[in-house]
Amino acid sequence: MLLKKYPKEVKQILSKYPPEHKRSAVMPLLFLAQREEGYLTKAAMQDVARIVDISETEVAALVGFYTLYHDEKGGKYRMQVCTDLPCALRGADDFMKNLCSNLGIKVGETTEDGFLTLEAVTCLAACDKAPMFQTQGPEGIKYHENMTVDRTMELISVLKRSGREVS
Amino acid sequence: MEHILLRHREIPDINTVSGYKKNGGFAAFQNAVTKMTPAQVTDVVKNSGLRGRGGAGFPTGMKWSFIDNKSWPHYVVANADESEPGTFKDRELMEGNPFQFLEGLAIASYAVGANAAYIYLRGEFWELASFLDEKIAEMENEGVLGDKLFGGEYSLRIYTHLGAGAYICGEETALLESLEGKRGQPRVRPPFPPSFGLYGKPTVINNVETFTNVPLILEKGADWYKSMGTADSAGVKIFSLSGRVRKPGNYELPFGTTFRELIYTNGGGVQDSRAVKAIMPAGASSSLIVVNDEKILDTPMDYATVRTLGADLGSASVIVIDDTVSMDWLVNKTVHFFRHESCGKCTPCREGTYWMSNITERIREGHGKPGDVDLLLNVAKQMQGKCLCALGEFATMAVVTGIERFPADFRKAVSPSPRSPLPMGEG
Repeated sequence: MLLKKYPKEVKQILSKYPPEHKRSAVMPLLFLAQREEGYLTKAAMQDVARIVDISETEVAALVGFYTLYHDEKGGKYRMQVCTDLPCALRGADDFMKNLCSNLGIKVGETTEDGFLTLEAVTCLAACDKAPMFQTQGPEGIKYHENMTVDRTMELISVLKRSGREVS
Repeated sequence: MEHILLRHREIPDINTVSGYKKNGGFAAFQNAVTKMTPAQVTDVVKNSGLRGRGGAGFPTGMKWSFIDNKSWPHYVVANADESEPGTFKDRELMEGNPFQFLEGLAIASYAVGANAAYIYLRGEFWELASFLDEKIAEMENEGVLGDKLFGGEYSLRIYTHLGAGAYICGEETALLESLEGKRGQPRVRPPFPPSFGLYGKPTVINNVETFTNVPLILEKGADWYKSMGTADSAGVKIFSLSGRVRKPGNYELPFGTTFRELIYTNGGGVQDSRAVKAIMPAGASSSLIVVNDEKILDTPMDYATVRTLGADLGSASVIVIDDTVSMDWLVNKTVHFFRHESCGKCTPCREGTYWMSNITERIREGHGKPGDVDLLLNVAKQMQGKCLCALGEFATMAVVTGIERFPADFRKAVSPSPRSPLPMGEG
């Protein structure tokens, strides 16, 4: 139960919005509910629906609409590489291709050990620092800019060892 | 020239309360609240000629004056959704010079009588949201945010709110829907936000960069601001320069600076010294400017002059395309983006982006048929003028101008000869 596990956080989120418009809290609450597992279970969505007083269907519609919510289990970290036009003009497509062959997976797949899911995403507002990606994991979202495949592989092994992210 | 917005480049500690105050910080807000009426504040901004920096270029003071005073409460919302491919200025502003942005937001709130303001950040700006929460808390400790400010009656709270990955939420009414806890789908307008905005109440929404201009306009006056830039486009602008240039990045320059100065003097020129083939001055939603004549690079960048080249300056996210790039590759990229980001509410955009991407993908993969280019152009033109919001329109810009202005690239792409092995094709 979200309310039992994070009473302080839930209260703090709800305090941002007028009490009669607590539905506004649904998105931050979904981030909170997604924190531990990395994806949203049906029970978690029901939980959030109850707190903000809307139907589960409406919550599920939001989860389906916004790309940073996931309703299926992925790797512990999701590595989201921007391959949009400005990044592609700076080599993002080649970066992605090389990364795939280094990791032995295709875009959208998860490594065998369940550590990493590789995703191609749209613009992350870091066009001048391509190739770049963000990692979405237990500690939230973190940017990694001006990356090479070597530095990325190094980052992954450090992450595995320490369980913590470095920039 | 010293920066007006990217001041952290000269003053690294401007992101601390003491550093900001040492450089005149919060004085404009205090002066506004204690010595000026809201209408006087709005008038100064109106007279400065400041126009919205999010892309539409709507006069800021005029927008504030549209707020409906018959309905209360009022809200102010900062659009920090920054998701246009090619745009990366607001993030640097909020990270480097956060208090100037927050003070501008506070001044706007006072000007329209709002006691609560929200900053809608794209979900990816997760770390930035916590950083801004800290800065907001520091302002509360300093007594420049909170209840009964400066010994008067005015109170203001600022809150951050994270989106969760949706380009469409940069459209102001989709943003409001999202802030209300719904899917980010644009509303039918009118009514416009200054009469029917957040929770159905009068709301002013501006871009981060727009707000960041405001404190210095109040401090130094409308005439000072108008003395920079051009008659049509007053002041300075942050140009986000990306693509095939040696030094991509944010460059704060007066309106009226030429493309050449931006790309060559500031951006270090084109990679591998290639020629500029095209420019997208407003990110992925931009029309393609053909650079078949060196003189085009000497065009001054302001809203009115860029329009004479058949494009809009928009958010000034200048993507430089060199002569190694084939336009069928480029158009496939932009269409793919808009297909992914279409919210699905209106049929022309939902279906049109789907059909366009099927065709551009086919052409790109070398399976294009001779009739495909006409078909693609036809779908794009069917969409134009029929979509609920600007996204659908944006999706067609590179398609139409790519085909019409670079016909040879598309002819080659659908010809039966073998395709170039280069990743981006040949120009």
